[in-house]
Amino acid sequence: MVHWSAEEKQLIASVWGKVSVEECGAEALARLLIVYPWTQRFFSDFGNLSSPTAIIGNPKVRAHGKKVLTSFGDAIKNLDNLKGTYSKLSELHCEKLHVDPENFRLLGDILIIVLATHFTKDFTPACQATWQKLVGVVAHALAHKYH
Amino acid sequence: MLTGEDKKLIQQVWGKLSGAEEEIGAEALWRMFCSYPPTKTYFPHFDLSQGSDQIRGHGKKVVAALGTAIKNLDNLSQALSELSNLHAYNLRVDPPCFALQFLAQCLQVVLATRLGKEYTPDVHSAVDKFMAAVAAVLAEKYR
Repeated sequence: MVHWSAEEKQLIASVWGKVSVEECGAEALARLLIVYPWTQRFFSDFGNLSSPTAIIGNPKVRAHGKKVLTSFGDAIKNLDNLKGTYSKLSELHCEKLHVDPENFRLLGDILIIVLATHFTKDFTPACQATWQKLVGVVAHALAHKYH
Repeated sequence: MLTGEDKKLIQQVWGKLSGAEEEIGAEALWRMFCSYPPTKTYFPHFDLSQGSDQIRGHGKKVVAALGTAIKNLDNLSQALSELSNLHAYNLRVDPPCFALQFLAQCLQVVLATRLGKEYTPDVHSAVDKFMAAVAAVLAEKYR
């Protein structure tokens, strides 16, 4: 089980409290599809992904980004039981969606960069370190049920 | 592969940060040490406390090398040849795909915190590709 210090929990909560799940989620997913275009393979039914502008404006991308980040919020509420929280989602990503877990790491790093653009200098090194740890354990939990 | 547009964006971003190279390098290293403690194993001879002269000095070196790379985007392999040898035979930062990735991530975070909204998806993509290209060149001679 992952240990979270009081300071880490505080850093997570204080950032999360100021995050617009809809905006950040949409932006993170859009950036994933733009920066790592091969990830578009998982979203072939999303319509127009032909350019960064198309991706950013695509309503399905925005909606799905919001869904993904909302789920992240569940992780934050259940820091002491991430594997349990993500058990079903892990199975889904393996058995139905066939997503290589490496993509979770990519999305996690992108989320960090999105947070950095929003919070600028408030996204301190300590903040980044805590969030890198968080996205790492979330990615790990999502990969846990793969077989 | 870096497109003409990517190269332009990278040069623009770099232009916006001129004068702050040492700070940016030092901060990227510091963030890397904070977020990825195992990277400290490559610097047992350094004073790794925040703001140390050695971190500043080394950060400045790293950013200067990236600056050289940016001036030679059409020939990264040759421009970084010396550094490539150094990393392969001397430093042996292992494995290049992972460790250098951490530095790339932290450098991007530093750029993003300084540029905010100006760190657009297009810029993000160009810088990410650039850092991947640099890492690939540095890893060329590993084996």
